[in-house]
Amino acid sequence: MTAPLLGANGISKSFGGVQALSEVSITIQPGEIYGLIGPNGAGKTTFFNLLTGLYRPDSGNFEFAGSRLDVRAPEQAAQRGIARTFQNIRLFANMSVLENVMVGRHVRTRAGVLGAVLRGPKTLAEERAIHERSLALLEFVGLTARRDEPSRHLAYGDQRRLEIARALATDPKLLALDEPAAGMNATETAALRRLLEAIRAQGVTLLLIEHDVKLVMGLCDRVAVLDYGRKIAEGRPAEVQRNAAVIEAYLGVGVTGALAGGASA
Amino acid sequence: MERIASRKALVWTGFALVGVALAVLPLALAAAFGQAWVRVVNLALLYAMLALGLNIVVGFAGLLDLGYIAFYAVGAYTYALLASPHFGLHLPFWITLPLGFLVAAGFGVLLGAPTLKLRGDYLAIVTLGFGEIIRIFLNNLNAPVNITNGPQGVNLVDPLKLGGFSFSTRETLLGVDFSGPQKYYYALLALILVIIVVNLRLQDSRIGRAWEAIREDEIAARAMGINTRNIKLLAFAMGASFAGLAGGLFASIQGFISPESFSLLESVMVLSMVVLGGMGNIAGVILGAVLLTGLPELIRFTVVPAQQALFGRVVVDPEAIRMLLFGLALILVMLFRPAGLWPAKLRKREFAR
Repeated sequence: MTAPLLGANGISKSFGGVQALSEVSITIQPGEIYGLIGPNGAGKTTFFNLLTGLYRPDSGNFEFAGSRLDVRAPEQAAQRGIARTFQNIRLFANMSVLENVMVGRHVRTRAGVLGAVLRGPKTLAEERAIHERSLALLEFVGLTARRDEPSRHLAYGDQRRLEIARALATDPKLLALDEPAAGMNATETAALRRLLEAIRAQGVTLLLIEHDVKLVMGLCDRVAVLDYGRKIAEGRPAEVQRNAAVIEAYLGVGVTGALAGGASA
Repeated sequence: MERIASRKALVWTGFALVGVALAVLPLALAAAFGQAWVRVVNLALLYAMLALGLNIVVGFAGLLDLGYIAFYAVGAYTYALLASPHFGLHLPFWITLPLGFLVAAGFGVLLGAPTLKLRGDYLAIVTLGFGEIIRIFLNNLNAPVNITNGPQGVNLVDPLKLGGFSFSTRETLLGVDFSGPQKYYYALLALILVIIVVNLRLQDSRIGRAWEAIREDEIAARAMGINTRNIKLLAFAMGASFAGLAGGLFASIQGFISPESFSLLESVMVLSMVVLGGMGNIAGVILGAVLLTGLPELIRFTVVPAQQALFGRVVVDPEAIRMLLFGLALILVMLFRPAGLWPAKLRKREFAR
């Protein structure tokens, strides 16, 4: 077995009296699509925010790509190679679609004020590279035609795809997606699934929070289930789906069998 | 292909015409209306520099700064203290102007550092306080050690001098008679062209995009790996440095500075130029500066004669009319062109819902 890309070891976090996460440990292998599921308020987004440096864990630690991940600020997570999207889309609304992706290249480029003002050959080459890479990413997610529009003019599903393109522009090793299919119709979800598989095929590991059970079950290699801040199950989707604790968490006590019988939560 | 070529030719012809117009402007103005109007144009150029600097902070990075004039003061005092009889120092402008630029940038960072986590109203309040602090310091730093000469200000500030060539005296060059203000005009014009190019290039760069990203969504910007602390400090420093440069020029042109010139009203004026002209758009901001400097003068030159012609005496003080019309203009622009007279493309989109 190869070394894991991400290891979360006993992560705990509380907000005031609410224990949002307690002792959560997961490991994600390189190249995996890993799903994080659970009812609302289970702590999934908190886990994302801890991983990407928005909050600091009360206890526990992360290991990433072979070394300790000690992020004090979100920008450090991006530098280490963890990119994310947001549950409630956070695009740069008044910047163009292309510019949104170009901002994603910030962390992998260098030009400073002097470079920008003098526009030497190095800066010009860098700008050209940013431009080309961003266009390629737009092509990849299928938004080339709308490159010059402000991003807030895009349809909901397109905004989600743009957020993914922007995250990919940071050259992530791990792409963390917070409910990428939320608000999408069946066609858009199917397209999203193909996109995520294409991203994986390029060697990017994916971690996703998702409520669309069909998408999770069809796409993820492994899933972990959170409930009230605890990990109650982990494994291949088909196994987890039959897990009594999971069914109980989603549907309450005494309905074991209903979910396994085909109903979805 | 031919079309593109002819369009390019058209653009270059336009540039050439504007260039010629700018070159003969002070001569034509002086011939037609007198030297006073050359001074007004110089003032407009100084304000345009200020507005361009503030535009970086407010327009690009979205950080509301109500104490911006403090950096203008810092630049002016740096120049004046090092080139006047006050300390008996007479350093050349190529030391004092860049120094004013740097000191102001330093003060920009000084203001930026403690306010990094503030946004909107709260940032406005702190920056407003900062502007007042600087002014009050300048007012009171005449005891126990006299540094700024307090409310009396610094007098007899050296004019710009390049070798034996002084910008303040009348002189005949190549058969044309140039007055002091006219010579300053060309120095100001050259500097503002540099500042415009710097602004244009910054806006369309990795740094400019990072500023915009912070303005749009700070959390998302951080998630993209943008070090918001450094990028914000950079915006404060860049904006402040242009004000410092303008301040040094102001001191050299006026020959006299005092804390009175750096009141809150001045900060508000520069901010109005930025907002009225078109936040985030370099051309719009310059338009705002020119209009808000030129129109009050126009009123001053027309209101008194007009009243004398109508009523035989001056009924309303032109100064009062100035503020009245200024307020009216602001309200009208905000109602009918909320993104400014000449808005940035992006802002235009923002307001066109």
